[in-house]
Amino acid sequence: MFLEVKNITKKFGETNVLKGIDFGLEKGQVLSIIGSSGSGKTTLLRCLNFLETPDTGTIFVDGDCIFNAADTGKKSSAEARENRLSFGLVFQSFNLFPQYSVMENLMLAPKLRAKEEAKKKRLKKATLNKMYAEIEKKAVSLLASVGLSEKHNFYPCELSGGQQQRVSIARALMLDPDILFFDEPTSALDPEITGEVLKVIKGLAAHNMTMIIVTHEMNFAREVSDKIIFMDEGVVAAEGTPEEIFASENERLHHFLAAFNGDAE
Amino acid sequence: MSFWDITLELLSGFGFTLALFILTLIFAIPLGLAISFARMSTIKPVQSVTKVFIWVIRGIPLMLLIFMIYYLPGLLGSQMFNVFDHLDRYFTGVSGSLELLRYGSFLAVLIAFVINYSCYFAEIFRGGIESIPQGQYEAGQVLGLTKSQIFTKVVLKQVIKRILPPMTNEIITLVKDTALANAIAVPEIILCAKDLASIKAIVWPLFYTAVFYLIFVGLLTIILGKAEKKLSYFKA
Ligand SMILES: Nc1ncnc2c1ncn2[C@@H]1O[C@H](COP(=O)(O)OP(=O)(O)OP(=O)(O)O)[C@@H](O)[C@H]1O
Ligand SMILES: [Mg+2]
Repeated sequence: MFLEVKNITKKFGETNVLKGIDFGLEKGQVLSIIGSSGSGKTTLLRCLNFLETPDTGTIFVDGDCIFNAADTGKKSSAEARENRLSFGLVFQSFNLFPQYSVMENLMLAPKLRAKEEAKKKRLKKATLNKMYAEIEKKAVSLLASVGLSEKHNFYPCELSGGQQQRVSIARALMLDPDILFFDEPTSALDPEITGEVLKVIKGLAAHNMTMIIVTHEMNFAREVSDKIIFMDEGVVAAEGTPEEIFASENERLHHFLAAFNGDAE
Repeated sequence: MSFWDITLELLSGFGFTLALFILTLIFAIPLGLAISFARMSTIKPVQSVTKVFIWVIRGIPLMLLIFMIYYLPGLLGSQMFNVFDHLDRYFTGVSGSLELLRYGSFLAVLIAFVINYSCYFAEIFRGGIESIPQGQYEAGQVLGLTKSQIFTKVVLKQVIKRILPPMTNEIITLVKDTALANAIAVPEIILCAKDLASIKAIVWPLFYTAVFYLIFVGLLTIILGKAEKKLSYFKA
């Protein structure tokens, strides 16, 4: 397994939000996480991206342990930052940096990294400028791939929600994450513009990007996923291929999906 | 005395006013930032002590604070501790001036102003910093930025944009508060005008001082307005 998540638990005060989550994912696969509101989907994603620290559990990527709650000694913050960059996260509310243009949003983090590296390795100014040029080239090509070539110098406030979300996907891709996570990437958008964002994600899937997507878009999950997890009250209540999930006899899952079909009509 | 002489006389007083204004900003802004961080500290005792400190300082009239700073050292038991008075005399002696130079008193006023304004600034800074959505920090974290990079590269400019209007207010209030320095006889512009009225029986310069304030506040309003406009290209 490329990604192995074992026994992740998380408590907020007295509430057990995650009660032991296990799952695995192969490279190039897409996993969707579905489940009713409050089942712990966002918390799981935040734990995997180190925005929350799980109480127990381990995370392995490509055989390397990038998180182990049992590790007593604190990891150096540099190491923790390095591990975090195996993953990228796209937020429900985009969280673009409002004071930076689209290009600047994409280039901020990679440029800061390049600068740090240049300083550590005592690289020449010219070498750093070359790195910057590479970063810029990459940003231009990523923006083209999400269909925003005309918007380089726009500020987030000048873009529609769908465009902002596409920028934030491109921003996450700038750092070449091994796995890209999405937390309900289209729930903050008007229904008529969710399509443009879903199309970008499908494009990534076609290019074998490994992705984990929390979503309420059932048709999308069915189409794009290799595997679906149904979360219920902090546990993985059902897991399988889209066909298996949508045909499941699991009562809670059945109930959950029926509510969606009701919505769709 | 001619109009010109009086203008010069008042300008010398305005020098004190300006110096107090600028020095207060130079010291109170960084100190205010430090206090706001202490106020937001996750260490409970630090937070509580800061909270009480801010409450006390903001609750005391600035004029009273000036008196406290000025007189307190002298109450410590011996004349020796009367530092601000000693400084006044020392500077007068050094310069050979016939009149008492109030540089020591000025220092007392400056200390009071810095303490007072750093507390007001701290609360403005805190409001600005706390109003930045958590998502901005998290986006920075997920992109591998360090804490200090997140503050300087992501949050700071948004905070500045948000605090500029309340800071403009506070800065204009500061200009006018400088008049309080005359409580311990620092010869700022209004005290100069008052002296003219009582010694030379010329009252109109008192009204004339308003022109100095209005011009200065006008300039500040234009400059700070420009800064605000410069940050209006983005929404935060
Ligand atoms: N920081 C927190 N402090 C306390 N409780 C929290 C915190 N974050 C989440 N919770 C609780 O954990 C539970 C799971 O929340 P979570 O956001 O993970 O659900 P979700 O499955 O993402 O729901 P939704 O579909 O509405 O986004 C909820 O009951 C929520 O109240
Ligand atoms: Mg959620």
